[in-house]
Amino acid sequence: MPTMNMLQAINNALDIAMAEDDRVLCFGEDVGIFGGVFRATSHLQEKYGRSRCFNTPLVEQGIIGFANGLAAQGSVPVAEIQFADYIFPAFDQIVNETAKFRYRSGDLFNVGGLTIRTPYGGGISGGLYHSQSPEAYFAHTPGLKIVVPRNPYQAKGLLLAAIRDPDPVLFFEPKRLYRASTGEVPEEDYQLPIGEAEVTREGSDVTVLGWGAQMEVIERAVELAEKEGISCEVIDLRSILPWDEDSVVESVLKTGRLVITHEAPLTGGFAGEVAATVQERCFLYLEAPIARVTGMDTPFPLTLEKEYLADHLKVFEAIKASVAF
Amino acid sequence: MTTTQEIHSPTFLTGDELSIPTFRLLKQDGTLYDGGEAPELSREQALKIYHSMVATRVLDERMMAAQRQGRLSFYMQCTGEEAAVIGATAALDDADMIMAQYREQGALVYRGFSYDEFMNQLFGNELDYGKGRQMPIHYGSRKLHYMTISSPLATQIPQAAGYAYGQKLAGDELCTLCFFGEGAASEGDFHAALNMAAVHEAPVIFFCRNNGYAISTPSIEQFAADGVAPRAYGYRMHVIRVDGNDILAVLAATREARRIAVEQNKPVLIEAMSYRLAAHSSSDDPSGYRSKKEEEAWREKDPILRMQHWLVGQGWWNDDEEKALQESLRREVLETMKRAEKRPPPPLDSLVSDVYADVTPALQRQLDQLKRHIRQYPESYPKGARSLDPDVKARDDASDAQAQEGE
Repeated sequence: MPTMNMLQAINNALDIAMAEDDRVLCFGEDVGIFGGVFRATSHLQEKYGRSRCFNTPLVEQGIIGFANGLAAQGSVPVAEIQFADYIFPAFDQIVNETAKFRYRSGDLFNVGGLTIRTPYGGGISGGLYHSQSPEAYFAHTPGLKIVVPRNPYQAKGLLLAAIRDPDPVLFFEPKRLYRASTGEVPEEDYQLPIGEAEVTREGSDVTVLGWGAQMEVIERAVELAEKEGISCEVIDLRSILPWDEDSVVESVLKTGRLVITHEAPLTGGFAGEVAATVQERCFLYLEAPIARVTGMDTPFPLTLEKEYLADHLKVFEAIKASVAF
Repeated sequence: MTTTQEIHSPTFLTGDELSIPTFRLLKQDGTLYDGGEAPELSREQALKIYHSMVATRVLDERMMAAQRQGRLSFYMQCTGEEAAVIGATAALDDADMIMAQYREQGALVYRGFSYDEFMNQLFGNELDYGKGRQMPIHYGSRKLHYMTISSPLATQIPQAAGYAYGQKLAGDELCTLCFFGEGAASEGDFHAALNMAAVHEAPVIFFCRNNGYAISTPSIEQFAADGVAPRAYGYRMHVIRVDGNDILAVLAATREARRIAVEQNKPVLIEAMSYRLAAHSSSDDPSGYRSKKEEEAWREKDPILRMQHWLVGQGWWNDDEEKALQESLRREVLETMKRAEKRPPPPLDSLVSDVYADVTPALQRQLDQLKRHIRQYPESYPKGARSLDPDVKARDDASDAQAQEGE
């Protein structure tokens, strides 16, 4: 099985989707001959032509508006927003149009073919505007699906599933892992399920939950905890919307403790949603308060990025505190 | 890329050197301007256009009256703009996509949307294609290639560019026509759309209904330029300004626009100059921002009367036919309205369907919880309570018992 980094896995998924179906189109800023600023769309224009893989003018609301129209027409657009920090000019098109297309028309029309790919997250010295994790804004919008892969294998399987899903999918790619994360990825076509979490490590003392780049942080924290004799169950949520309540609840009913971590700020972050549901469904089984290890309620910093981030040491401390409660 | 000659002193251009003319064929008395030639138009199509214009006017008058009587929550009239909307639609292939703003019901009338279909949407009953989810006038029809209306302004404009690009790739020799007002053209989506359509050569017709007002804001407070049309130059796009109350000019201009769009894969901008004779909506009162005198001046340019005069001149229409048409349409509006009012609301389950292709487990839980609540207070939720038929009740009772066991 070949080894790929996350960009190669994403590029491979796009290649498979475009080869299989002429209606699949990839476009966005610098996506054409250059292959995107991160090279996720490398060689796709050469292979499939300028009409199916192309640069767009620099206008995010136009990119997503155009993509909504294409999807309504029956095409399968995979639109790239160069950084998740720049998705906000398209907020209206995503929240008021993409998400509501099927519902408002009584299923006469839909944009289920649409996938929006966008790199998110910090740890790359990107400062305020190249580091944000905006998943919670979109999680408040019924009609969208939100997927975040943690490694190359997951990225390929989840992206292929997103492209073929009957609903529009926002696909947040952890850009810190684009080249840093490598692993074995099958060359053939495969899909991983949307809306299902994955237990990546079984344990009995505490459940540690995250998604995307934060899974690597969790792994490091858990290794420290295991050395201290704490048995951790680790869950990758994978889909923020719809999210797999049952898997998380099942785990917490077993461990009685939950630590949730994300890069985005604390207030209004998706950890709050998970915590509210878990306390509702596991109230009498909880041995400790549900802990949230997140970014601070500030804009994303630059020089003090390391201090700001929810790193493995902060997660480790939260695990210990939960067990010692 | 720019192609430009060099100059060596700072000479500014104001844009005034570009003057956009208005295309007109028909005078108000129904005769043609000198040198104007009517587009090819059979008696049959001419009468279909005229019927559609009158049917739209009658529908609007009656439904606004119904709104005033409290039978309808909200309404918007197309009044004064029937020639612009229906003339543009008549120039299209019936399979061309129309993406409208909200004041273009005439396009649906022309394509055969029945009064029953209008009424079902207006009353949000169980037969409404939109399942009672949107405010009145948010029509849509898949079979008539008319995209369901969305309230946010201008969002349909870049979507039309994308839809048309998909039509081009599919090779089906169709185009998309996108309606919007001169107010909506101030939104960023408008500029994004025109630029993308020009760069990617999408077969789309951007049809601006310049009716003078965005709710209360007159167009002179909307833009400093000479209307919307000059913006086409900035995107290198074909453009024409047309008298929007002149059915023949609108038809001829849109036919030619369609030819450019489909044969050359180029977007076209049409600015139709008209006037919103009615209020913005049933919630608006124009007396607060414009004069009766101004309205009267435009009433004299009524597009329906202008076409009627032309038809009479052709020997295709007379007063008796006019009277009979008006009477039969009024009768039909009242009959269909009564039918639609009596129809039951959409079922309770339609609250959660179509959010996704399939109902998610979390949504199903929320619906089940709602049903339990409604069963507790059925008199407070009469529309939902009627959906809870015995079968549904049995299933819910079983799941209630299960939930209680779980606790």
